[in-house]
Amino acid sequence: MNLWRKLACVILLVVVCASVAANWLAPAGYARQYREATNAAPSRSHWLGTDEIGRDRFARVLYGTRISLLLAPAAALLSTLMAALIGGLAGYLGGVWARLAMAITDLFLSLPWLFLLITARALMPLNVSPLVSVLVTFLLLGLLGWTAAARVLCTTAGALRSADFVRQARAAGVPGQRLFWIHVMPNLKPVLYAQFWISIPVFILSEANLGILGLGVAEPMPSWGSLLKELEGLLSLGDEPWKLVPLILLVLVVMSFQLLLSRHDEVAA
Amino acid sequence: MKGWESMRPQMAGTYGKALANIVICLGFLTAQVAAQAGGQLNFCLRTEPKTFDPLKVEDESSAAIRYLTGGVLVRVNRQTQELEPELARSWKVSKDGRQITFRLRPGLSFSDGTPFSAGDVAYTVQQLMDPALHSATGDAFRSGAGNVETKVISATQISITFPASVAGLDRLFDQVAILSERSTKKEMAVLGPFMLADYKPGATVLLKRNPNYWKTDVQGRKLPYLDSIRLDIQANRDVEMLRFKRGELDLINSLDSEYFDKLAATSPQLVHDAGPSLDSEQLWFNEVAKAPLPAYKKNWFRSANFRRAISEAINRDDLSRVIFHGHAQPALGPFSPANKFWFNGKLKPQTYDPDAALKALESDGFRLENGALKDKDGNEVVFSIITNAGSKTRERMAVLIQADLQKIGIHVNVVTLDFPSLIERMTQSFDYEAIILGLTNVDLDPNGEMNVWLSSSENHQWNPQQKAPETAWEAEIDRLMRAQATSTDPKRRKEAFDRVQEIAVEQEPFIFLINKNALSAVSMAVHGAAPVILSPQSFWNADRLTVAKK
Repeated sequence: MNLWRKLACVILLVVVCASVAANWLAPAGYARQYREATNAAPSRSHWLGTDEIGRDRFARVLYGTRISLLLAPAAALLSTLMAALIGGLAGYLGGVWARLAMAITDLFLSLPWLFLLITARALMPLNVSPLVSVLVTFLLLGLLGWTAAARVLCTTAGALRSADFVRQARAAGVPGQRLFWIHVMPNLKPVLYAQFWISIPVFILSEANLGILGLGVAEPMPSWGSLLKELEGLLSLGDEPWKLVPLILLVLVVMSFQLLLSRHDEVAA
Repeated sequence: MKGWESMRPQMAGTYGKALANIVICLGFLTAQVAAQAGGQLNFCLRTEPKTFDPLKVEDESSAAIRYLTGGVLVRVNRQTQELEPELARSWKVSKDGRQITFRLRPGLSFSDGTPFSAGDVAYTVQQLMDPALHSATGDAFRSGAGNVETKVISATQISITFPASVAGLDRLFDQVAILSERSTKKEMAVLGPFMLADYKPGATVLLKRNPNYWKTDVQGRKLPYLDSIRLDIQANRDVEMLRFKRGELDLINSLDSEYFDKLAATSPQLVHDAGPSLDSEQLWFNEVAKAPLPAYKKNWFRSANFRRAISEAINRDDLSRVIFHGHAQPALGPFSPANKFWFNGKLKPQTYDPDAALKALESDGFRLENGALKDKDGNEVVFSIITNAGSKTRERMAVLIQADLQKIGIHVNVVTLDFPSLIERMTQSFDYEAIILGLTNVDLDPNGEMNVWLSSSENHQWNPQQKAPETAWEAEIDRLMRAQATSTDPKRRKEAFDRVQEIAVEQEPFIFLINKNALSAVSMAVHGAAPVILSPQSFWNADRLTVAKK
């Protein structure tokens, strides 16, 4: 394990442990409002200051990390698996199957998702707990986010189908299913990894934006998305640099995951 | 008085010197205005103007353009709230409130050179009252069935007769920009200080000085001083603030309290807090009988005791202090104290007392069990508050109210929705429990709120379009609102509307939360600005503003 991987391991360990230990590290919780100390700068009692309504930023970052770190990769995993299955299989089978799968993908891409999400919100009851709201949000993101990745995987799998080693295996009598799982899928891993890592920050930010449809993580529960949304109103980075902590954390975590889990030869071009 | 007495000898002793100073100062000011005349004022409109037809105005941006370009017969002075003559030298309202007669200024011309006469006023009124136009401005004049009659007595005199008496008739003409009957370019021929010169959809509206504008300053100098006004269409308030800080914009007409404080910290001379405005923020519960809500929730929401308890459990001082950084006042009732004449001064501030709120609920059979409030049938008191996504202040208000109500065991889910979805739930499906929204009030007269308080009205939000008033207090409000609308006696009208305000506070169909202060920012380059609480706050005297050359 090289130095960078060790560093990534330490960062992830610290972040995960801190978020798991949020109840002990920030016992007041993410929802308590210190109304006499709103928008406060970092201090001993509030390590990252307080937000506009006096909630402890440190507590909100910890609890937000717990939610986003668990659910954004889960949604990214779901969308990547769907993309691998649909795009990879279509590319491997080729011909009519590839055309059919890509037609479905195109149809999916052309759907007016904004209106569909508004409909989804209309179908959901208003009185859902913040926890249900967050689960539904990430499930929707996972189910909708596979299309672009599927196109990439279809093309890559298509190229692999005519690769020499696949032809050789086929000529040696390797059955189709085994060929796909043993010879094609492992070679799709670099693309899959890349799609997975790209999806995590996209989903975290999408979750924040879905708030305008009433679908995001409901108040008072925090998420990285809702914390990053606060940066919208930041006029100058120099004034309140501690507000950048969620952004720095997001970058660090995504980079650490990438360093830790991807081999050099798996990094997609 | 003490101050006056101590100053008097000093003034007497230096009278001659002071007079000389005044003369010098006047001379200096005149020279300053002359030096600064011309220039372009730049500021932002938050939305695309929906129309340039002054009779069809409904949105804020179109109203701003109408204010800057339209000539009106009479104008409410935004500073004094008094009605002042403009194109009309004088006017007289008949005792029955049905007829108004204007005497017009002679010798005026529209921006395209066509002369202004009583015929133009008659033409404008006929256009305004045409039912096919669906003019919101015209709706304010519709007090009864029948046609409006206009009689041109002479080129400078006209009488307008309405089928029924219209309360506050003369003040309604503040919104009526006069059109030219003879001009071929109707919307381009204006009598206001500026005229439309260029419009790039989604980008800018350019207004240029009307060369035929009739007003002059005390020195006889032609107004307006400015050459032009450039209005950039910019919805993003962060960008607007950055551009103002960079000097690209000369003013921000309506500033959020957060930005106000940030700007005040570095440049206190640029920000203006004119005090409580007419705008209010309120919370209300769905009381619609056919709403798709469980019966027990409808019972809660239709109970005045429940609504009063919720109101008592909300800390309005904190809303004002935390959310608006002190640039808002806890609301006392339907009208803001800023409305000097119509506000009922006897209304008492709502006290914040969660214990009293809980006791009131307990008297209705509610009980607190393990930190959760339950009604007499054991249903846990849980409801959602929806508000429009993108409004940081309303989202934060909802979160503060969520925490306040948690103290008496009520669990609130805060939901933000895009505005069309919210309006659909509010006006069509009635699929909501509680809403936080704000009212932007531009009309000082209670007639402007007829559409809110009449139980048959579409905008009677908590329970709209009732065929007959469903409660005794709503019937009483209907009676009082109609009484004030048909009376021409200001004292009687005031008494009736005072009672409406009292009933509204007793019953709390709207839980009035705060009245926002009118906040604005004006660059040091702009001279003559005196921001006020009435819209348009910082450019109400645009014809007398000057901008130092950049």
